[in-house]
Amino acid sequence: MSRIEAEVGKPQGGFMKWIDDRFPYTETMKAHITEYYASKNFNIWYIFGVLATVVLVIQLVTGIFLTMNYKPSAVEAFASVEYIMRDVEWGWLIRYMHSTGASFFFIVVYLHMFRAMLYGSYKKPRELIWILGMLIFLVLMAEAFAGYLLPWGQMSYWGAQVIISLFGAIPWIGDALVEIIRGDYSISDVTLNRFFALHVIALPLALVALVFVHIVALHHVGSNNPDGIEIKKLKDADGVPLDGVAFHPYHTSKDLVGIIVFLMIFSGVVFFAPDMGGYFLEHANFEPANLTATPEHIAPVWYFTPFYAILRAVPDKLWGFILFGLSVVLPLFLPWLDRSRVKSIRYRGWIYKSALSIFVVTFVVLGWLGTMPADPMYVLAARIFSVIYFAFFLLMPYYTAIDKTKPVPERVVYHA
Amino acid sequence: MHNMNRIKKLAAVVASAACFIAVEASAAGGGVALEPANVDRDNINSLQRGAANFMNYCSGCHSAEYVRFKTIGKDLDLPEKMLIDNLMFNAEKTFEVIQVSMPPKDSARWFGKTPPDLSLMARAKGVDYVYNFLKGFYIDKDSPTGVDNVVLAGTSMPHVLWELQGYQSANFSEHHNDDGSVTVSFDGFEQRVAGKMDSEDYDEFVRDTVNFLAYMAEPIRSDRRKLGVWVLMFLTFFFIIARMLKKQIWKDVK
Repeated sequence: MSRIEAEVGKPQGGFMKWIDDRFPYTETMKAHITEYYASKNFNIWYIFGVLATVVLVIQLVTGIFLTMNYKPSAVEAFASVEYIMRDVEWGWLIRYMHSTGASFFFIVVYLHMFRAMLYGSYKKPRELIWILGMLIFLVLMAEAFAGYLLPWGQMSYWGAQVIISLFGAIPWIGDALVEIIRGDYSISDVTLNRFFALHVIALPLALVALVFVHIVALHHVGSNNPDGIEIKKLKDADGVPLDGVAFHPYHTSKDLVGIIVFLMIFSGVVFFAPDMGGYFLEHANFEPANLTATPEHIAPVWYFTPFYAILRAVPDKLWGFILFGLSVVLPLFLPWLDRSRVKSIRYRGWIYKSALSIFVVTFVVLGWLGTMPADPMYVLAARIFSVIYFAFFLLMPYYTAIDKTKPVPERVVYHA
Repeated sequence: MHNMNRIKKLAAVVASAACFIAVEASAAGGGVALEPANVDRDNINSLQRGAANFMNYCSGCHSAEYVRFKTIGKDLDLPEKMLIDNLMFNAEKTFEVIQVSMPPKDSARWFGKTPPDLSLMARAKGVDYVYNFLKGFYIDKDSPTGVDNVVLAGTSMPHVLWELQGYQSANFSEHHNDDGSVTVSFDGFEQRVAGKMDSEDYDEFVRDTVNFLAYMAEPIRSDRRKLGVWVLMFLTFFFIIARMLKKQIWKDVK
């Protein structure tokens, strides 16, 4: 053990004191790592926040290496991706990690959000954490959308065409807005360049900043738990919550196990099914963008399809756009839509349990419908499920208020 | 009880792994029911035959501008001399890619459309699609090439492989629906002019060629799968260690 390492434990003198006089190193480490207490009864749903951070790091690191060889030009983009896949040493691995990471980012974030709905993590005093989280989600959608144009394949081009043209439905400013987004009268080299700028610097910067404040806010109020109990209410003589264990080494060692399991699943896709049957890498995107040939069937990537299904379910273009926007933004209001006195689903009544189950089914079915062609039967189904989607949120103030709740215990439920 | 849970978890992991493999096997389909190509992507002999087929019959009109001869030689166990003598009709150095000598402007004038680059065709359309396309040419007197295709109606591609397959006609039947519309369905082919190959040999020829197209679409596929096994083995080992560490650290939490 070196002298410096030996000193880390005792902040009173020497090198660490020199640092701590100038930077709150020891203090920060204590507040956020070694003396940040979170409930000891976290279950599997509590891994997804950590995993989202892991995926963020994967995306940032692989993204840097992709940028070294990618060319953001309409003439060269497609070929440069193939160059990365074939000629750059380990380029294929970096690219597959990045493309798989994009899908896994959404898988992990959707499950992370579902966790909040299970255990009422958005409820007081964590409303701001939830709002920051929703902002992260919105930026993530923009980030993924911008990134999808970059390979300049058929689906990149036509998918962007469809989505950007949606903004044209806005009265008065619509057409001008579409032109501003594209920077041109159609999607072109100019669009590709600005999407590249957004994708590699503007949006990731916003993402990292938001993730930082999301975590700062979380550490300020403390993590929720599967029982929805505020563990800070009961503390021992040293001021340590009775039901809490330190983030390090307890939660770090537990999270490590979860991260490895995640990496196994992630590697399963990267090494054995990087296309995921056309869901992660759409088949049509292996053809270069062709302005003169519209693909038979344009579908956005799977993580946008629940909202896309809602958009297509509405016959009117403007209303379709409004409801599409609303469906994305509505969850932001959950802290105020949910009127239940308890947080965790464990102590809620059958009404919320049923509502949440129906909502999950609805979200998945809408996602599937969004990948299908707009046949009348599918559109009808999308309409029905869109109504259920909105009903879940808009009726929430009523059904959560009348739902019977069970008494919440003093201490968290934990079996060693 | 605890063991039961562990077995369930393990089963779930195995099941999800099986899903990935199953999902990858499925490919994009077209309008007509596609006969499965059944390519064996690990069969190096099939890939070598496919490479020869491709260079002899396809590369005259189609480029594969992302594929280097050197990579083909390495992946398909072909010595450099064999590569130069038998495959590189249109290239001098092994690092070159498969170019086409026909100027794109001329071919667009001759065929109505520049023959597409085939580097990624199998991945964009799926192997079954290409397999059925190459088997799907039939006599059509109205077409400028004398043939049409059941998979891609109105294709500008002539039946390049007629010498091998011969010529076939396609039988269609019309069904008059109750609402007055007409549905045309394809009922099968009839051999009109015999080719050099019988139908089984031709299927095999097309299968090898499609297999090579699939290889060209993703040359790294076999390497990534081999590496993937090692990665999963390492992670499994790492998982066991991490699990032991977690148990050790948590043993005093009551």
